[in-house]
Amino acid sequence: MASKALYSRDPVLKKRDDFEDILEERRNSSDLRYAFKCYTPVLYKGLVPCKPAMLKNVVLQSDSLQHVIRQVSAESGESAEMVQEEAAAILDEMAHRQQLSTVRFFAFTLSKAFKSLFRSVCVNEEGIQRLQQAIHEHPVVLLPSHRSYMDFLMMSYLLYTYDLTLPVIAAGMDFMSMKFVGEMLRMSGAFFIRRSFGGDKLYWAVFSEYVKTILRNGYSPIEFFLEGTRSRTSKSLTPKTGLLNIVMEPFLKGEVFDVSLVPVSISYERILEEALYARELLGVPKPKESTSGLLKARKIFSDDYGSMHIYFGQPVSVRSLAQGRINRSQYNLVPRHIPKRPSSDAQSLVTDAAYQLVRRQEENMVLKPWVLIATFLMQNLEGVELSLLVEQTVWLRDLVRSFGAFLDWPDHMSSMRVVSNSLSLHSNLVSACDGQVRLLVAGGQGCESPEEQLFEQAVSALSCASYRNQLLHVLLRPALLAAAMHSAASPRKDEVYSCFCFLRDVFSNEFILCPGEAVQDFDEACYLLMKCGAVQMSQQGVMPTESGRATLHFLCATLEPFLQAYQVVCRYLCEEANDNLTEKQFIPAVRTFAVKLHLAGSLRCYEALSSDLQKNALAALQRLNAVKKVKTADQVVLKVNKLAVNSLEDTLGGKIPTQKPVLARL
Amino acid sequence: MASNSKSSERQRTAQQRLRIIAGHLRKPEEAYHTEIAAQECKAESSRTNPEKPNSVPKRRQEIMKWNGWGYSDSRFLFNKKGQAEFTGKRYRLSGMIMPSLKDWFEGTFGANLQHKSPAAPALGAGVVPPPNLNEAFVEELKATGIPFSQDADDRVFRGHGHCLHEIFALREGHFGRCPDMVVWPNCHNDVVKIVELACKHNVCLMPYGGGTSVSSALECPPEETRSIVSLDTSQMNRILWIDEKNLTAHVEAGIIGQDLERLLNESGYCTGHEPDSMEFSSLGGWVATRASGMKKNIYGNIEDLVVHIKMVTPRGVIEKSCQGPRMSTGPDVHHFILGSEGTLGVVTEVTMKIRPIPEYQKYGSVVFPNFQAGVACLREVAKQRCAPASIRLMDNEQFKFGHALKPQVSSIFTSFLDGLKKFYITKFKGFDQDQLCVATLLFEGDREKVLQHEKQVYDIAAKFGGLAAGEDNGQRGYMLTFVIAYLRDLGMEYYVIGESFETSVPWDRVLDLCRNVKERIVRECKEKGVQFPPLSTCRVTQTYDAGACVYFYFAFNYRGLSDPLNVYLGVEHAAREEILANGGSLSHHHGVGKLRKEWMQETVSNVGLGMLRSVKEYVDPDNIFGNRNLL
Repeated sequence: MASKALYSRDPVLKKRDDFEDILEERRNSSDLRYAFKCYTPVLYKGLVPCKPAMLKNVVLQSDSLQHVIRQVSAESGESAEMVQEEAAAILDEMAHRQQLSTVRFFAFTLSKAFKSLFRSVCVNEEGIQRLQQAIHEHPVVLLPSHRSYMDFLMMSYLLYTYDLTLPVIAAGMDFMSMKFVGEMLRMSGAFFIRRSFGGDKLYWAVFSEYVKTILRNGYSPIEFFLEGTRSRTSKSLTPKTGLLNIVMEPFLKGEVFDVSLVPVSISYERILEEALYARELLGVPKPKESTSGLLKARKIFSDDYGSMHIYFGQPVSVRSLAQGRINRSQYNLVPRHIPKRPSSDAQSLVTDAAYQLVRRQEENMVLKPWVLIATFLMQNLEGVELSLLVEQTVWLRDLVRSFGAFLDWPDHMSSMRVVSNSLSLHSNLVSACDGQVRLLVAGGQGCESPEEQLFEQAVSALSCASYRNQLLHVLLRPALLAAAMHSAASPRKDEVYSCFCFLRDVFSNEFILCPGEAVQDFDEACYLLMKCGAVQMSQQGVMPTESGRATLHFLCATLEPFLQAYQVVCRYLCEEANDNLTEKQFIPAVRTFAVKLHLAGSLRCYEALSSDLQKNALAALQRLNAVKKVKTADQVVLKVNKLAVNSLEDTLGGKIPTQKPVLARL
Repeated sequence: MASNSKSSERQRTAQQRLRIIAGHLRKPEEAYHTEIAAQECKAESSRTNPEKPNSVPKRRQEIMKWNGWGYSDSRFLFNKKGQAEFTGKRYRLSGMIMPSLKDWFEGTFGANLQHKSPAAPALGAGVVPPPNLNEAFVEELKATGIPFSQDADDRVFRGHGHCLHEIFALREGHFGRCPDMVVWPNCHNDVVKIVELACKHNVCLMPYGGGTSVSSALECPPEETRSIVSLDTSQMNRILWIDEKNLTAHVEAGIIGQDLERLLNESGYCTGHEPDSMEFSSLGGWVATRASGMKKNIYGNIEDLVVHIKMVTPRGVIEKSCQGPRMSTGPDVHHFILGSEGTLGVVTEVTMKIRPIPEYQKYGSVVFPNFQAGVACLREVAKQRCAPASIRLMDNEQFKFGHALKPQVSSIFTSFLDGLKKFYITKFKGFDQDQLCVATLLFEGDREKVLQHEKQVYDIAAKFGGLAAGEDNGQRGYMLTFVIAYLRDLGMEYYVIGESFETSVPWDRVLDLCRNVKERIVRECKEKGVQFPPLSTCRVTQTYDAGACVYFYFAFNYRGLSDPLNVYLGVEHAAREEILANGGSLSHHHGVGKLRKEWMQETVSNVGLGMLRSVKEYVDPDNIFGNRNLL
């Protein structure tokens, strides 16, 4: 039900707002005056005015925190005062200290930075107006997508620009290791949370009460990243539900009338961390956040990162999400300050909401022509002729438009110009000479070892793949259907559906596929493929049309690298893994295995080298009960069910459609 | 009986007491000087006694409105000058002009005096469907000599309570199923005979007391095919005896609140049970719905006040064998009766606690900067267990509402004083006019203690930023509750419909519940296409150790809606859902009736509902008491 309210299946119905470039004004007027402009945001109507210092006090004195303090003190034997002090220390480490002067400083410096980095920063102003309305009515939670460190700086910058209440932002503790910068971020509204605090009851209590207090007070919008961390692949990550749970609780417990969740899609034409990410995926550790690192990174300012789009989505009311799904009277019988595990219906509400919100982020991501080009290049690693590329790109443009993609294609320009402009912006990844376009392999002058050469190639390929990945959420469902049709034994609808479900199941850690919505996804895929004339439904089942073969082939090819990468993981587990394989060893071992296959020439796709895919494959195998994690004293050992893994590999290779037809509600 | 001097003193206090009740109720009238009928029921003799102290005649339509609240002679109207006035002579407000009501009314609802929505004209014969009589029953009833009627007027009058949808339908001239006849038993034995006959002839009985139900309890179930007989208890209205040693009185259950209080006052006593409907509601009705009175802090709610109950059921008469103040004899059978809403039988006689009339009574009020502070203060008062006889906290909207009812001031001096007060509070003390709220207080007891008590409460209030705001404000606050139903009738003349509802809720959820329910009402109205912002207001009306009772008013202008009644019902339903979701109860004192029974199972659990059902099945297997309330 809720999903219907949230998300319209027919892409034609998706109406999107227009964009305004905010840098235009910045280029024409004084940044200093802008930084000192009069800032009087519209506030939440139920706001209890409160300074950051007071906020801390409210949190420390809150019934729920006091309850946990007493509990912890009783369990540990420490005096309540000691625990209270501990809590205060945690809070000091965590809490933001937002002040306008710091924000103004950022406004000034970021103006300079953005102007040199980006050609334009485009925002949908209608979204801003909706947000302003939402902030006035109810506590607001901002949920931006996360592709770059730039994201949250940009969010605060925008809200300042549009005179909206500045958000407080949940940030990872890593930033705190940066001298000055961490404190600067804190003063601009960031609060810091440890990456993991699973067992620490006190930490959890302080943290959740801090967030809830800000929310209840309507102090300012709370901003966090549903994906939990920056996506290194430009695919949306499976959402984390912890913080979403916390911000929905005040509504479920009746402490606020409603909470507005606002998905925000931030898309980059060129990602600042592009090459960094690819290297990370290939096992080069992420550089530690440090101020000196930041200073070194200033060379990025000399580069052109094209344009950036920020789309503020329709606010989603938690009240309407919960309507008919949750009986709120379940919270009546226990005092509300006593922490309680969320009930299963509350948990599933939060999970579904999280997925729906990420899909909202996805669908409002702006796609550049380069994304289409990258998709083709990834299918033709040996290179393509420019004219063919242009032709294919235009073909793909029309296809994804009919699938409802949010494409920013400059219509006033010739297709050739569009393509060559894109190529020149990404000239660090592709070369176009003699009418031949191909991925560039950095360095690669024979002097290195074959491993090093492969590594350099892979960096380019994975960088390029990250652009292709931006398009995947548009193509995913039709591609799953195309692959299912390809591997199903007969075109009968139930058999195709069962293959579809199998693939969907395997890839549900890889892509955003809402749990329990297989039927809807299948229907959507059928609808889209029928709409573009690639398939037709007949008595025999799902039949490809003559004209649609190219489309189906293309869609299968899109999914192919993922199928291959998963097979590589399976093969590794079957052929090489020993009984004492630990979780830590897994990724490097699979990488070594994949490198070996590559060098032997039996593997062509570079995705198999990516740690992201390897992790996702492992998670999928675990979910499908082919691999079990066993905790021993100091490590986690992977127990492999070789039979299951083997049969999975075969199925992925399209050898035997093992699954019995599932008689679903079709 | 007490000595002469003592009794004359009593007389005096009784007079004073009467004046006080009249103060917030009605103008002093000539008191009746009738002996208390302390005899056994002698049906014939009393039936011929024309001087009974009875405020409600058998033919209620003689003095009361058939399609609105209260007495026919008392109503609000906008006079030719566009000023609001209250007609009649019965109330303190009667004959007065309220200059600011029009502006408030138009401003709050977007209503306009030019746009009227008049009621359908008087009841004509032929509009009401003919009665479905059980001839054998009627014949045998005739033989008993118990009076009855099949007049359309009488029947219509007893086919409804005072829910908005019931009154709205009457004003539109719509009549659903009505009782087919009305009987007026005169005493317990009459009731026994009627119930026996009803069982014998399989006739459906629906007890009727004061007719003030707001739970659809009096609506005839449309699916009922048997003849429905309304059993009107209004003629069973005597105090049978007073026991001054134990401070109890034995009273027939049909007596209405104001009569009971007046008669007891004459002997120097009171029950102290004052529900807002006490002008019209009956003792039996209080028992059957678990009523609550505004002064429960001193006297207790109805379940605390009753010592003994006699009820006639199809299985026979249920009563306890003694009047012990408390018993450990299994579950208290009184609690099957209290709140049974006429589904098990007819309450005929009740022994009730009585108290000497308090020596001194004083109103008071406190202004708070905002509702939160007010609730915090009430919570503290409850914690220290020093609540006055009544303490209520009105929110800002209701405070303004109360102000709109201020009668024309007689002198420039008072208006100057009012201005000064307002200046002090808003400018000097910095209270925001759109935030402040007011608590009204009523103290009772001996003079010294009242003054002491008053100081204690004001001291607590001061800690929460409260400022004493005078007796007048307090008194006007209580008046609002007595005239609100008359005001609703006024609203209905101008496209404004509204209703009140209540709940009880733990202290820690009071603020959240109030905010969320009020907001839900506003939102639902908007979503359902109401063109004007609604009035959505609440007050905390009772304090308990563990929580409070909250009362909501909501009303909106329905111009431009094709089906206002369904919109209204939808909003009310949503508001109740919101209450339940926020930890409020299904009802604090209005009862369940048919309006709220869909939530009973959720409220008392399956097993609980099964328990109640099994009692019903045992006591009334043929569903003679077939009003289908509660279960």
